[in-house]
Amino acid sequence: MRMIDAKKLVFEYIRRDEEGNVEAINRALDEVTLDVMEGDFVAILGHNGSGKSTMAKHINAILMPSEGTLYVNGYDTKDEEKIWDIRQSAGMVFQNPDNQIIATVVEEDVGFGPENLGVPTEEIWKRVEESLKAVGMYEYRSHSPNKLSGGQKQRVAIAGIMAMRPKCIILDEPTAMLDPNGRKEVIRTIRELNKKEKVTVLLITHYMDEVIHADKVLVMDSGKVVMQGTPREIFSQVDKLKKYRLDVPQVTELAYELKKQGMPLPDGILTRDEFVEAMMEVRNGAFTR
Amino acid sequence: MALLLDKVSYIYGGGTAYEKQALKNITLDIPDGQFIGLIGHTGSGKSTLIQHLNGLMKPTSGTVYFNGADMNAEGFQKKELRSKVGLVFQYPEHQLFETTVLKDVQFGPKNLNLPQLEVELRAYDALKMVGISEDLYDASPFELSGGQKRRVAIAGVLAMKPDVLILDEPTAGLDPMGRDEILDQIEKIHKERKITVILVSHSMEDVAKYVDRIIVMNKGGIAFDGAPKKVFTHYKELEQIGLAAPSVTYVMHDLNQMRIPVATDATTVEEAKQEILDWWRNVRERIIR
Repeated sequence: MRMIDAKKLVFEYIRRDEEGNVEAINRALDEVTLDVMEGDFVAILGHNGSGKSTMAKHINAILMPSEGTLYVNGYDTKDEEKIWDIRQSAGMVFQNPDNQIIATVVEEDVGFGPENLGVPTEEIWKRVEESLKAVGMYEYRSHSPNKLSGGQKQRVAIAGIMAMRPKCIILDEPTAMLDPNGRKEVIRTIRELNKKEKVTVLLITHYMDEVIHADKVLVMDSGKVVMQGTPREIFSQVDKLKKYRLDVPQVTELAYELKKQGMPLPDGILTRDEFVEAMMEVRNGAFTR
Repeated sequence: MALLLDKVSYIYGGGTAYEKQALKNITLDIPDGQFIGLIGHTGSGKSTLIQHLNGLMKPTSGTVYFNGADMNAEGFQKKELRSKVGLVFQYPEHQLFETTVLKDVQFGPKNLNLPQLEVELRAYDALKMVGISEDLYDASPFELSGGQKRRVAIAGVLAMKPDVLILDEPTAGLDPMGRDEILDQIEKIHKERKITVILVSHSMEDVAKYVDRIIVMNKGGIAFDGAPKKVFTHYKELEQIGLAAPSVTYVMHDLNQMRIPVATDATTVEEAKQEILDWWRNVRERIIR
């Protein structure tokens, strides 16, 4: 089933001067067509201002398209009556964990979403427990969120979304403010939710090594989707990515540089293991020639 | 000479239930002209330490010397100290407030009661240093891109003509190219103006690429202090305290285990590339013979 179905999505916003005259019309999304199937793990890359976040905000109907159509879980986002169904289908996690936590106890924070949906109390507690277990934060259920680390806070924020039982989670740079450990925790949690709970994941990030496990990677530039493919297909195109102000994982770059110097290595090496394996083939190849 | 910490300790909430020792007996010498990377996981004491370096925080015990003078002694000119030791906080663009870029950068030197001409010269110079082009000088700082805003905010500190520039995660939230641009710019300023730079960072890759000395903090103390190559040989200990070595360092260790003899102290893609190419040439020469 299609989770997100965008056709020729355009979003324009008008900048006005102090007298209210139109100064400029900016096109933040320019005919974006996007297809995400249920259970997919899709990553979106793109430099600051490329339109990634604008795209994300359309998916849970914070923004409405100027042109084109967007269906989320079968609902048209332009249909105002469906706005709550849409937001319940696609939950959003933002960059700053401190801006997303509202309660003084972890489990109350996680229960806030379902409570607002009018879920019966019994059911709320059940969901809170399940969600906190899913993100590995159950033992902190009676703690104050203030005392948690950034990574832990972000996992609580994810649990808060999970408690609303969404089919899809959109994460807008969820690790940008975290230290290496926090980043690892959050990425591991997201991957597990995708694998075990079959939640569709849309991950927006600037860290190239976070997307190597995605099913599909999209690259955005000036409001358009300019590249689309598996991580390997995308990261094989080092020069093109750099043109879009992006990068590749360090291992990929190393392999690419060595290949440029004439070493017989395959394109699009993504992990340490792949690199070491390829290097052993280089060595064995050299000795058997 | 520059900055010297002698047995500095700092205790938060002394005498209360929340008492926590954030700095433990730190002795540290920061001579003029170094490019230092300060790393450590969240809560390790990095931020507390840097706030001691420009007198924003006072040690509970111990002394902080700036150019030989105790900066917390009575009669010490803290105002001058703060222009000499410039601190760029996380997300410094949140502190932009003026109507134009130029006015914003002038705010600091204006408060030093300098003649208007000098104020303007410093602002122009600082904006040039961070690579903001002249056509943006009269723009509102809020119209700029994320990366540009951040550079304007850094220019605001540079306009004070500091001898020491401390940056707390200056690349957080920027796209890969934006990260490189800011760090290249900082490296250039460091080289041309001979400014001491202290870079707080969560990116081991960035630290390895730019700095000549790494200070690793853990639990309020200094765990390691030395050249990147040396510090990253302790990658196992670094992992135990929530950090890591750059990915290429791991690759070099992996290769060694697979009996591809390369030096394991490479910390950047460039170093790893040279090391592997040397091995490759060696292997081929031996085969030709």
